[in-house]
Amino acid sequence: MELTTIWFVLIAVLWIGYFVLEGFDFGVGTLLPVLGRNEGAGGATGETRRRQMLGAIGPFWDGNEVWLLTAGGATFAAFPHWYATLFSGFYLPLLLILVALICRGIGLEYRGKVDSAAWRRRMDVMIVGGSVVPAFLWGVAFTNIVRGVPIDADMEYVGGFWNLLGPAALLGGLVTLTLFLTHGAFFVALKTDGRLRHDARALALRLGLVGAVLAVVWLWVVHASTGTPLSWALAGAGALALVGGLVAGRGGREGWAFTGTFVAIALATASLFVALFPDVMPSSLDPAWSLTTENAASSQKTLGIMTVVAAVFTPLVLAYQSWSYWTFRRRISGHHIPTDVHPAAATDETVARDDGAVSTR
Amino acid sequence: MDALDLARWQFGITTVYHYFFVPITIGLSLLVAVMQTRWLQTRDPGWLRLTKFFGKLFAINFALGLVTGIVQEFQFGMNWSDYSRFVGDIFGAPLAIEALLAFFLESTFLGLWLFGWGRIPEKLHLAAIWLVHLGTVLSAYFILTANSFMQHPVGYHINPQTGRAELTDFLAVLTNKVQLVAFPHVLAAAWMTGAAFVLAFCLWHLWRSTDRTPAADKPMYRKGAKLGAWALLVAGLAVTVTGDLQGKVMTDVQPMKMAAAEGLYEDVPEGVGAPFSIITVGTLDGREEIWAVTVPKLLSYLATGSMEGAVEGINHIQERYELTYAGSELTESEDYRPVIPVTYWSFRIMIGLGMAAMAVAAGALWVLRGRGSEHDETRMVGSRLWGWAAAVVLFMPLLANSFGWIFTEMGRQPWLVMGLMTTRTGVSPGTTGAEVLTSMTVFTLLYGALAVVEVGLTLRYGRAGAEPVAEDLSLDPADRTDDDAFVFTY
Ligand code: HDD
Ligand code: HEM
Ligand code: HEM
Repeated sequence: MELTTIWFVLIAVLWIGYFVLEGFDFGVGTLLPVLGRNEGAGGATGETRRRQMLGAIGPFWDGNEVWLLTAGGATFAAFPHWYATLFSGFYLPLLLILVALICRGIGLEYRGKVDSAAWRRRMDVMIVGGSVVPAFLWGVAFTNIVRGVPIDADMEYVGGFWNLLGPAALLGGLVTLTLFLTHGAFFVALKTDGRLRHDARALALRLGLVGAVLAVVWLWVVHASTGTPLSWALAGAGALALVGGLVAGRGGREGWAFTGTFVAIALATASLFVALFPDVMPSSLDPAWSLTTENAASSQKTLGIMTVVAAVFTPLVLAYQSWSYWTFRRRISGHHIPTDVHPAAATDETVARDDGAVSTR
Repeated sequence: MDALDLARWQFGITTVYHYFFVPITIGLSLLVAVMQTRWLQTRDPGWLRLTKFFGKLFAINFALGLVTGIVQEFQFGMNWSDYSRFVGDIFGAPLAIEALLAFFLESTFLGLWLFGWGRIPEKLHLAAIWLVHLGTVLSAYFILTANSFMQHPVGYHINPQTGRAELTDFLAVLTNKVQLVAFPHVLAAAWMTGAAFVLAFCLWHLWRSTDRTPAADKPMYRKGAKLGAWALLVAGLAVTVTGDLQGKVMTDVQPMKMAAAEGLYEDVPEGVGAPFSIITVGTLDGREEIWAVTVPKLLSYLATGSMEGAVEGINHIQERYELTYAGSELTESEDYRPVIPVTYWSFRIMIGLGMAAMAVAAGALWVLRGRGSEHDETRMVGSRLWGWAAAVVLFMPLLANSFGWIFTEMGRQPWLVMGLMTTRTGVSPGTTGAEVLTSMTVFTLLYGALAVVEVGLTLRYGRAGAEPVAEDLSLDPADRTDDDAFVFTY
């Protein structure tokens, strides 16, 4: 195989890794207000449920995000023109994504640092907003990439901002959003216990149904214009995996359900890259101006060195990331959430709550 | 302002901001790892408490380094697309390797460390924080490889067909002579910053009255302060030695930067010895001085290693560059001089703040001498001076780092890649001024707000001090039967 083809595949793998992993933590973040509600008399509080959900993604989300950083870096190294055209061209959407990722990271890291309802509400807004926006915009971006955008003879994007928000692209955004929500809900069902687990599963089934319908329409639209037999097959297999996951979810088998959405997202993403190949960013103005794996690539020398580096270190990364998932494999239930508050996080509310506890005791 | 100026401002603002958190994370991860190692060696609960205390502060700062780093990763493509096209073949590789080797390591093992208290065996948990530190060091290495290529391009040729720089020798890029001196200098400067962080908070708790920081905790902070002070001094020594080496390499590859660091306009020939001014009062760019404190022959020594070595002046280099670089779109510039007041002062502020921090550390070791008898414990209490010293030492190496980078990067101007490409030619041609203005405004406001939040949290947790440890945390999880002992950070 050509080195450029190998790198095209590797970059596809990095994006697949990013979507299947960060996809679920986007989902969990977005569903915080939906699943994190009070259970009513005798049940867990909304706050406990939120902390169960956040605890489930806590050790992982940053590592998941690094798949994006690696995809970015690898694109720069292997296809500098792709990196340059894509990120300077999709300037404002990318800005939105970056701002969202910043807010989300801060929300996740700082939420538990101050014990006050107002503080937590603010951080929750950042987490939810920071999860919805990229979950939607990545679908928009990829639909545009695969269907082609106005690129001139100098490899510059000349389409402006609104051009990126066509109907197919918006549909693509809805698809990634609903798929990530389903994926995230199954993750919560898999990683938590108590009523939260059952609520998450029920929600995942409903979301998954909507997602499946939207995804089929969208894959149809995308592949009808640029598809190949292989991309059609992958898209079809992805749709089947999603249905399989939903069936498993109905039967209460959360592990298989999560595997189903995992495989579905992976195959759908793979189908996009297959449809794209050998272009990396087709031009809608003139096919001769498209960026391809040939004209956007680095030199053979760089590609060769990077291939060796990737071959050595990717398995290592996979090994320790898997080990980390294995270490934190246990379900988190309500009684695992500690009730004591770090002294530095304490506020007037903590004091009031403690006094209340004393007086009723 | 046009898209070019705005993009430069945006890059400067976001990078300087990212780099506030970088040296803190690199340095603090090392000190926390050392503290945790001491805890396992001595079983002294004080070390465990300090580990957790600075571990929390580390996590607060890491978060901002992380989120601002994401912006950095994409900014080259967003704002510097012509630059990315021109050098991507060489520059992209270290960036990709950094993500693959360093960021995965950092993020995964930080997750294991934060969430692994009491859940994974002690030794493994200790290994996790050391691996986090290793990740930060690798990160620094590879990003500096990329930066060193911009300071002094090596291991490439210009491909006449594609018109871009292409890799010929990757090993040469990885062992660039600029890199070989910059990496140890940057690393030591980061350790200094982490050490100052530890020194500052421990000193401050020692200084506080005993109704605010319990008397029983004072010996613990004393140990922490000593660790911080010693680390600061050792790292400071390394910074000085490597800085001196950098000066020589810099004179060799970027003589204009060295001349600009002193505001030296005319050549100083061999055998005379160029002086170094510590401080000058006069015109900002040093053309005319009213009053100055100078050290004879020091500039010659910094630049060449010999007291009498020749140093080329700004005017001569300007003439030389006009002859060499005119006539090509990529390298032509009316002015090959950086902004002299910025280079002159940032260089001095870097060195001055570092020296001042080392002086505070030495002074702290002096007042903390002795074995910790009751008299020793109370020696500092009540002295205003030490309260202030604790507060300012925190910022000294931190700001020294920022000024060092401002010197390095602004001193390189007008070059984006020394001798190959000017900054003006690297900017994204299709990105409009309005777009860059939007992003710059958004980043500036967002970063400003985040700074308020992060400083607030750091002070909040710093002031609260090291919390007492729960009994069960000092147990190795391997010996534990209660499988419900979860510790959460969220
Ligand atoms: C705690 C921070 C700190 C301290 C105390 C010093 N430095 Fe520094 N210096 C840095 C932090 C730093 C830095 C931020 O890390 C830089 C920016 C780029 C680099 O390579 O390191 C830097 C750059 C830098 C450069 C520019 C290299 C280039 O542009 O190629 C020189 C010549 C020196 N330093 C020399 C010194 C000397 C002679 C020092 C003391 C006697 C010194 N530095 C103290
Ligand atoms: C090691 C990785 C780094 C790389 C690859 C890098 C790259 C660049 C690039 C491409 C520019 C050109 C844009 C411009 O001229 O404005 C630049 C400028 C600049 N950088 Fe760096 N930089 C690095 C580290 C840093 C750090 C750590 C700081 C500060 C703490 C810094 C401060 C600046 C400043 C202030 C400018 C503006 C100079 C000017 O425009 O006059 N850089 N750098
Ligand atoms: C301008 C070029 C730079 C880029 C593209 C860049 C990129 C990044 C990214 C993407 C992250 C987040 C990693 C994560 O998710 O965990 C990060 C964090 C980090 N960067 Fe930078 N960075 C730059 C400059 C620098 C410099 C000059 C250094 C050190 C010399 C550095 C050292 C670090 C370290 C140690 C971290 C991890 C610590 C933390 O998150 O606070 N970076 N950087």
